[in-house]
Amino acid sequence: MNANVGIVIVSHSPDVARGTADMVRQMVGDEVPLAWCGGNPDGGLGTSVPDIMDAIGRAWSEAGVAVLVDLGGAETNSEMAIEMLDDERRGRVVLCNAPIVEGAVMAATEASAGSTLDEVRRTAEELKPA
Amino acid sequence: MTVDPTTDSAVRERLIRAIAERMIAHADELTALDQAIGDGDHGLNMKRGFEAVLAAAPDLAARPLPAALAEIGKTLVMRVGGASGPLYGTLFLTLGKTLPERPSGDELIAALAAAVDAVKARGKSDAGQKTMLDVLVPVLDDLRRGGDGVPGRLADAAHAAAQATVPMRAVRGRASFLGERSIGHMDPGARSSALMIEAVVTCLEERA
Repeated sequence: MNANVGIVIVSHSPDVARGTADMVRQMVGDEVPLAWCGGNPDGGLGTSVPDIMDAIGRAWSEAGVAVLVDLGGAETNSEMAIEMLDDERRGRVVLCNAPIVEGAVMAATEASAGSTLDEVRRTAEELKPA
Repeated sequence: MTVDPTTDSAVRERLIRAIAERMIAHADELTALDQAIGDGDHGLNMKRGFEAVLAAAPDLAARPLPAALAEIGKTLVMRVGGASGPLYGTLFLTLGKTLPERPSGDELIAALAAAVDAVKARGKSDAGQKTMLDVLVPVLDDLRRGGDGVPGRLADAAHAAAQATVPMRAVRGRASFLGERSIGHMDPGARSSALMIEAVVTCLEERA
């Protein structure tokens, strides 16, 4: 089992989410559990609560999962998805208030060093606009 | 003769259909409002969610009112795809959780208040920020005042409240990116809330 914090990328656009995940893989490597999702339940631009819950499951790590989102609805839907997780998992998933691409790369870099969920989030959030 | 969705599953089904059909019928209008100040998906998202609700209407109506409301909330959360899914979903889920099967007037108001509070928490927002709360909060206040004309007058109050979002400046959601340019447009969430309230009121006022 991978002991590093997992990273989930949630964008309105599947292309943005997939591209961000590609960048993380190339820059950080395979040491970090990583999953992405994007698009509404019909495949258009948007986000989907079941897809986010599924992505959290795919990136699951006992060390927790950090979620990076793009805009408004992605944040609200991710908060909802986290609340709907099992009690045991809910407390080990955090949303990072950071730009999605830079935040995902920074969070994954921190995670690959074996850092805690809190450290991963703080590193990603150093990027947030003042 | 009055219509009572707490005891009559046929009334519940009419109510569920009335809400869903109103949302679906106004999808283009809601999308147009959202194109002006948001990301242009509100109508489509609400339509997707409420088509799923409509398809399940007989099954939903067969449940007691609180369970039906909670299931509608869950359907919206899972199907809508935009921020309105968790926001309206939370409204219905909280109503379902809070409402007894045979609520008194006070219990109904308490459940609605809990649901509006839950929407505030979910959206980290409150009235005055050009959102659906600018309809829900004043309509709840109006319901609390009671007196003559309830529920009919609540539909008018809801539409007036939605109209009052036109000169507001958005500070939440995508519309807040527009700053001053969000002024002069009705908030799409306020509009959908007003339509929903009107659908409920109209349905409850119909003679059985």
